[in-house]
Amino acid sequence: MSRVDTVLLPELDGPVPATLPGALGLLSLALGVGALVAPGPVARLTGVDDSPAARSVLSAIGLRELGSAAGLLSGRRPSGWAWSRVAGDAMDLTLLGRALADRSGERRHRVALTTLAIAGITAVDLLAAVRVGRARRARARVIRMEIAVTVNRSPAEAYRFWRDMENLPRFMAHLESVRADDLRRSHWIARGPAGRRVEWDAEIIDDQPNKSITWRSLPGSGVPNAGRVRFVPGPGDRGTEVRVELRYAPPAGALGRAVAKLFGEEPEQQVRDDLRRFKQVLETGEVVRSEGSPNGISVRQQAMQRPAQPLPASRR
Amino acid sequence: MKATAWMGADSVKVIDVPDPKIMNARDAIVRISTTAICGSDLHLYHGYIPAMRKGDILGHEFMGEVVEVGPQVRNLAPGDRVVVPFPIACGHCSSCQRGLYSVCENSNPNAGIAEKIMGHSPAGIFGYSHLLGGYAGGQAEYARVPFADVGPIKVPDEISDDQAVMLADVFPTGYMGAEMCDIKPGQVIAIWGAGPVGLLAAASARLLGAERVIVIDRYPYRLRLAEEHIDAETINYSEVDVLDTLNEMTAGRGPDACIDAVGLESHHGNTAMYAYDRAKQAARVETERPFALRQAILACRSGGVVSVVGAYGGFVDKFPMGAFMNRSLVMRTGQCHVQRYTRPLLERIQRGEIDPSFIVSHRMPLRDAPKGYKIFQKKQDDCTKVLLKV
Repeated sequence: MSRVDTVLLPELDGPVPATLPGALGLLSLALGVGALVAPGPVARLTGVDDSPAARSVLSAIGLRELGSAAGLLSGRRPSGWAWSRVAGDAMDLTLLGRALADRSGERRHRVALTTLAIAGITAVDLLAAVRVGRARRARARVIRMEIAVTVNRSPAEAYRFWRDMENLPRFMAHLESVRADDLRRSHWIARGPAGRRVEWDAEIIDDQPNKSITWRSLPGSGVPNAGRVRFVPGPGDRGTEVRVELRYAPPAGALGRAVAKLFGEEPEQQVRDDLRRFKQVLETGEVVRSEGSPNGISVRQQAMQRPAQPLPASRR
Repeated sequence: MKATAWMGADSVKVIDVPDPKIMNARDAIVRISTTAICGSDLHLYHGYIPAMRKGDILGHEFMGEVVEVGPQVRNLAPGDRVVVPFPIACGHCSSCQRGLYSVCENSNPNAGIAEKIMGHSPAGIFGYSHLLGGYAGGQAEYARVPFADVGPIKVPDEISDDQAVMLADVFPTGYMGAEMCDIKPGQVIAIWGAGPVGLLAAASARLLGAERVIVIDRYPYRLRLAEEHIDAETINYSEVDVLDTLNEMTAGRGPDACIDAVGLESHHGNTAMYAYDRAKQAARVETERPFALRQAILACRSGGVVSVVGAYGGFVDKFPMGAFMNRSLVMRTGQCHVQRYTRPLLERIQRGEIDPSFIVSHRMPLRDAPKGYKIFQKKQDDCTKVLLKV
């Protein structure tokens, strides 16, 4: 089975964005080499050349920086190494604070400037560490699934129905509407709990008539998502195997919790039910309803059945 | 409207509920004239079928007059007198197109629950738990009939309600039980259970050319019906050993085919065996009491067919797989694909080949449904089949 993973969501696939950690690695390298090769000038520049321990402390800091540089430039575990830089910054700021306390005049001025510079670097390091960590967690949250249903219709009929993106809410329970802006682009609105709506734009990135459709959300979507549906002739003249691959990355925080609820406790079951509804609509003309499940197939409804008796007039 | 509702184990009530309305374009609304209590309703009554809710309307055997049709129903019109098959079937999925209506792939909106227990979901059934769709049943004044363009058939005036309502379930079910035996001239067919389905399976075995028909039960009044209406031989399992008797009757061969028309609440002549399975069933270690099925397998001639139309819901213990495998038996089973049989069986009634209403013992108004359940459950007053008149 072909995989959607690597093709479809550039913002989530490929290596974790490494520009900032890389730059910080180079900075570490420069600082480390400077501190080791020319401890004297560095001590003078930073205003601590009067301390007998300055040279050995600077050498230790130089070694630490070389370690951080090696880690950051290797590209492995960027989150851990970015945090190691933040820890180093904290240590440097502590040392500088002490140095500032018992100095005066030109040296105090230089220590203060150094402290300011390190504080600036600390801010950049923190930003990098947080950003890298967030990207890693977003990747870890990505939900992938591959689900299929057999529909007693030809691949052409099944393709035609799905290709009209505005049909999707007829069988995807969590969608309120899909508006086709043109043949490629569409605007999706999903129903969330407590009237909350989640919206995004999507584009079809590959369209093989009667065979497959591949789409993905446009960059900037709060819920990056992508999918491919393939229409494979069923063996023995049994209609069409409709094979869906889906992935989406729910964001963290309140929106993420809303999206998680949207897809229910069992996101796979919900998509399975969507496909069952797709089959019902294609084979019987609409979603099949009973008195106990008046809205048709739904995971949530299965857990909260009403009695199997006609609905009161107020609920029709 | 008035409707018969399940209120918990051993409790049904006739309650007031809203009138049904069209929910899908292929629905019809039927004003019910006659409806029946099925032996399988007793499984619900006793609480053996999971996913029932207080207030569920019961009943899957009903007929009446069409009063309203959805925009996609073109074969029926208000005023038509129809009988409605108990499985709800869409007619367009590949199961329906192969005639396997009771495993329709679209008619169970709660297929997800059924799949967890059964692997795949069977069709929805009227008034038969939320596992099978959560559809309101037909022991009521009105019912909504989904896929009315596929299921219901019109009933000619000369066929009485009592005859026609047999086409909703018991006659086709009994007939399919016999048909699955693939009866050849000279064959001996044994049927466990002389309830409505067993008696109609026996009658159908006759129609399909069985040489001898043997009916097994413990109620003399039911065995008498088999003797008088079907010219069947009978065995009362509370009096004699069934396997010995069948071997004697068939000179040691065993019946060519055996039909289990009993299902999950079987009784047994052997008190110890009954107590064993009843206790496990009560503790929910086993969901069924499959004595009739076990016995049918042991009794069947080597290479013969075991046809199962009695209803099962879950799991059986002590399944005699050794006998089944080593003696080349075949098992055929299924909820009846009623839509396949309604027309041909209606024609058999019209031609006078059979009058399936011979099984009806009681007729009472809908409001007496609780009493109907009670006497059917207790087998009081020689009860075989209760019809409710609306």
